[in-house]
Amino acid sequence: MLCQRCQERPATVHLTKMFDHEKTELHLCELCAKSVGSELGFIFGPNFTFQNLIAGLLEGDLGMYPQPTADKGLCCENCGLTFSDFRNGGMLGCGDCYRYFQNGLEPLLKKVHGSHRHIGKVPKRTGGKVRIRKEIEDLRLELQRAIGKEDYEHAAYLRDEIRRREREL
Amino acid sequence: MINQEHLKDFLPGWVFVNGDSGDVAFSSRIRLARNLKGFPFPSYANEQQLAVINETVKQALKNKSDFGLLEFKNIEDLTPGERLVLVEKHLCSPQFIENPRFKTLIVNEEQSISIMVNEEDHLRIQTIMPGFSLENALLLANRVDDFFESSLEYCFDEYCGYLTACPTNVGTGIRASVMLHLPGLTLVDQVKKVLSALAHIGINVRGMYGEGTESYGDLYQVSNQVTLGRSEEDLANHLKSVCRQVIEQEKAVREALLKDSKVQLEDKLCRSYGILTQARMLTSQEALKLLSDAKLGVELGIIAGVNVINIRKLFFLTRASILQKMVGRELSPSERDFYRAKTIRDFLNQV
Repeated sequence: MLCQRCQERPATVHLTKMFDHEKTELHLCELCAKSVGSELGFIFGPNFTFQNLIAGLLEGDLGMYPQPTADKGLCCENCGLTFSDFRNGGMLGCGDCYRYFQNGLEPLLKKVHGSHRHIGKVPKRTGGKVRIRKEIEDLRLELQRAIGKEDYEHAAYLRDEIRRREREL
Repeated sequence: MINQEHLKDFLPGWVFVNGDSGDVAFSSRIRLARNLKGFPFPSYANEQQLAVINETVKQALKNKSDFGLLEFKNIEDLTPGERLVLVEKHLCSPQFIENPRFKTLIVNEEQSISIMVNEEDHLRIQTIMPGFSLENALLLANRVDDFFESSLEYCFDEYCGYLTACPTNVGTGIRASVMLHLPGLTLVDQVKKVLSALAHIGINVRGMYGEGTESYGDLYQVSNQVTLGRSEEDLANHLKSVCRQVIEQEKAVREALLKDSKVQLEDKLCRSYGILTQARMLTSQEALKLLSDAKLGVELGIIAGVNVINIRKLFFLTRASILQKMVGRELSPSERDFYRAKTIRDFLNQV
């Protein structure tokens, strides 16, 4: 649909005005909407965009989220994106951003997805290693417990198991 | 004007097939977001990096392909009109054609697979199936994904899953969606109630055509919101069971309308069909509304002698960019209304 006022640009702002039970509809482009807005008495707030939504989610609930001062200077060492860039733009720069911004992202992911841990498909190529690494982690924990209990026989077995797995990586 | 042989160029492949619950579900779609390891995401990559990503993906498919004949469309080589046709056919997103540099769209012959290279993420794998068929779409998407994974290294993290430019896609990177035609629920003024209930259970709904709450043609796209913390099958199954319920409700309402207000319904739908077959000028909004009525009429046996597939085709053939491609030149708004009405008449009268 074209803007009703300039008949040039596509209409992206759609206004419905109710006055004395009479409904008026207006379809305008962004530019015309801004100039017409004040005459009609419509108030245009800041654009409600996806980026603003992300920023809002990051800033909501004080205390749960890192404050701007806390993440000031937080920066992805791989691509150079800063956390405030992300806060403003809503887009991450590279895969490593997830690691560098982990503390800031975790609460956001929980809010958006209700979780911050992936369950589901694992690529076969990287998946094998991921699985082995996870097993090694578990074995190390068990080893700590065995040493704590002074069960050295089991600890020796676990140590050999860990070495064997590490060779698979 | 319409050459049946060339219809494939103007229409998505699934339109030609009557799928499961095809009277309510137009199509089922799966989209997977993937990124290659070692490159910044597209919006932060420089031209050189974008060119390498583009070439790497193309090469991965050129060497060997299990997916039949593939067409590689270099977006930069297409005219703005041709790009819009790809969007109208739902082969790519509107964002994809905004800046065409180093972007490729890869499409298979049946148009069931379309792969966007360098959209928001390096790879957007999309599969579309006719009717209500999310499992098949997911199977095909997984096959394409596995194929890429055999030669490309993905950006994957054991905790966060498949890493994406936007954190709303991270994890599985999956967006499952079903396009539903809900004229019955719209007629009894229930559609908003049903659809707003879905928002509470992690399901997103938007009108296919139109703005805000209005959806011309009564077409709605229903999709999952969450991508992290649940498996692909789980997310697809959740959407499937929700859509199944909406489909059942729509079917029940249609039956009830036919039983309780048959004459009023017949009158409404036949009037619409009359306008469709006689009008000399139709705006896209009006055409969508009338086509929605005609489709319902044919499906309920009120309008006889019309193949419902032809009506489904017209939902697409009457889009501005597709009309212009069929006519072969740019059209003014009133010319478009003229050719839109002519296309509909030609199409409905020939059968």
